[in-house]
Amino acid sequence: MIKRNTLSASLFMLLSMGLHTAASAEAPDLATGMLVNTCVACHGPSGSSHGPAIPSIAGMSHDTFMNAMTTYKSDERKETIMNRIAKGYSEADFEVMAAYFAKQEFVRFPQETDSKKAKAGAKLHKQHCENCHADNGFTDEDGSSILAGQWLPYLEASLSDFSKKEREMPKKMADAMKAVMKKGGEASLEQLAHFYASQTKKP
Amino acid sequence: MSTLNRRQFLKASAGLAAVSAVGMPYLSHADSKGGHVVIIGGGAGGTIVAKYLRKADPSIQVTLVEKNADYYTCFMSNEVLGGDRTIDSLKFGYDALAKQGVEIVTEEATAIDPTAKTVTTSGGKTLKYDRLVVSPGISLVYEGIEGYSKEVAEKIPHAWKAGAQTTLLRGQLEAMKDGGVVIVTSPPNPYRCPPGPYERVSQIAHYLKKHKPKSKVLLLDAKDSFPKQGLFIQGWTKLYGYGTDKSLIQWLPAAEQGKVVRVDASDMSVYAGDLEDKHTADVINVIPPQKAGKIAIDSGLTDATGWCPVDKRTFESTLHKDVYVIGDAAITEMPKSAYSANSQAKVCVAAIVTSLQGKEMIEPSYVNTCYSIVGEDYGISVAAIFKYKEGALASVEGAGGVTPSDASADHLRREVLYAHSWFKNITVDMFS
Ligand SMILES: Cc1cc2nc3c(=O)[nH]c(=O)nc-3n(C[C@H](O)[C@H](O)[C@H](O)COP(=O)(O)OP(=O)(O)OC[C@H]3O[C@@H](n4cnc5c(N)ncnc54)[C@H](O)[C@@H]3O)c2cc1C
Repeated sequence: MIKRNTLSASLFMLLSMGLHTAASAEAPDLATGMLVNTCVACHGPSGSSHGPAIPSIAGMSHDTFMNAMTTYKSDERKETIMNRIAKGYSEADFEVMAAYFAKQEFVRFPQETDSKKAKAGAKLHKQHCENCHADNGFTDEDGSSILAGQWLPYLEASLSDFSKKEREMPKKMADAMKAVMKKGGEASLEQLAHFYASQTKKP
Repeated sequence: MSTLNRRQFLKASAGLAAVSAVGMPYLSHADSKGGHVVIIGGGAGGTIVAKYLRKADPSIQVTLVEKNADYYTCFMSNEVLGGDRTIDSLKFGYDALAKQGVEIVTEEATAIDPTAKTVTTSGGKTLKYDRLVVSPGISLVYEGIEGYSKEVAEKIPHAWKAGAQTTLLRGQLEAMKDGGVVIVTSPPNPYRCPPGPYERVSQIAHYLKKHKPKSKVLLLDAKDSFPKQGLFIQGWTKLYGYGTDKSLIQWLPAAEQGKVVRVDASDMSVYAGDLEDKHTADVINVIPPQKAGKIAIDSGLTDATGWCPVDKRTFESTLHKDVYVIGDAAITEMPKSAYSANSQAKVCVAAIVTSLQGKEMIEPSYVNTCYSIVGEDYGISVAAIFKYKEGALASVEGAGGVTPSDASADHLRREVLYAHSWFKNITVDMFS
């Protein structure tokens, strides 16, 4: 059911799994496991979440991860529980986690999206978001996060936070958000969310 | 043994072991390269040890002894009582663990011999271990309440181990007339899932509010305070009229004669407090006092408290070498929760792998998060990160804590969604 499971991808997975098991008997890997496995009970195996409200963090770039955790820790970014969790770990802990999750494959589990909304969302994406969210949101560059195939309820919650200015964003994004909201209001946020959630194949 | 010297004898028995490893695979694993780890209990703690040991070092042979073919999670079982979830959504099996090379023995572990390093099972197997992990959960101390017993629990359920007991209690709630009274009794510390009885009362009130609004639930408590108390009471006030004479929930703490001492199943009554005040009800849910799972008690892993003392850095029992106890049964500073058991299991895996490989234990890290669903779109949580410090688990200062008391409606709604997603991921962690 995993859509991105092309032959080369699964070969790669097999190879890296083999390497991983061989290496993970070593103490350094146990130490990494000790930290990152405290995350996976909520965020899913290797950071790919099975629960639609909790985002997948696999494949997140090092900088995006560090930025998320340090801003949770300092309360610059607000969430229900991550602020409380982030304060329990050091910057060095974050580095270990960031390095690990950046290397994990973002696994896309099947989810239902509305194709009409997704189509409208695609237009909005092209117009307002594409410059920073390259490859329909598949690539996490300069903190853009992986949006493609992220869980719909999480995308909706995040977009809502941004639109209400409850989550900080770069000026460029704030401007884009303003433009999107002015034209289509909350319905367009929904369309964007459906578009990103529906992306299973890299363009 | 006159014709065999010791060396020849050892060789011969090693050969026997190799044969039996094929014919009777459970008899001996003395020949397994990375060592043989036996785990008793396939719940929140045991499944994680099994899976993560295999991941960390595939040369370790892992046997999981679990008496039930299916596992029903206690977590989210209060939602079954509230009517928002089916019992089947709590049911999980062990096939995926078997596929990962864990040998599943669906039998009860009946004895541990820590000297011979063997576990005996109800099916007559003798499992030889290099390291043993015991994660049996709790046993219910029926004797703690006069008139209560395993038999009476068929009429007055505890529902503190999920499955048939949950279904029984749910059925009673459904059959109850509008205007009926439900009694829930909350046990003394320590017990499985400290916020659990309060989430349960919330979920029952959630059901009554929708379907039987003239009814009420009376919470008789052996304690004067409970976790997330302020938040629960805030939620009860908001959703169930708590504090008014129309409240769906009434709470009697120990100081107000809330501690249950006796139940009488014949006329559906409970007696509470020093004065033994009599309360009658249509449905009674007694959550009795608790101790470590029976196998831990029977095999000398418990101390005078009825729980298992452990080295909190490794979870090795302080009473028996090479035996590790995790989850509800162990004495730690962490709350007795599935998330704690999950986190302890991962620390325990690191301890076992390093010990089997003759290496130093790495620095452990522990975490717990517990969600409680108070009602529709109303979730609250508590979290803590623990570090090992001078023999104890200290929660990291400034971190963790509970949902802020001024949390917005949207925040509370999201906590419900996160609770459900947490349930998905933690059960995937255990059973896939
Ligand atoms: C109503 C309720 C709600 C809860 N909600 C939450 C929640 O939201 N979040 C949370 O984190 N925790 C929650 N918990 C707590 C959680 O269920 C327990 O803390 C957790 O299951 C403990 O894990 P464990 O491995 O110690 O025991 P268990 O998960 O109970 O596993 C023990 C296993 O061992 C088996 N076993 C026992 N003895 C033997 C034997 N001799 N031989 C073979 N097998 C044996 C049992 O059959 C069982 O499968 C809740 C509990 C209750 C009752």
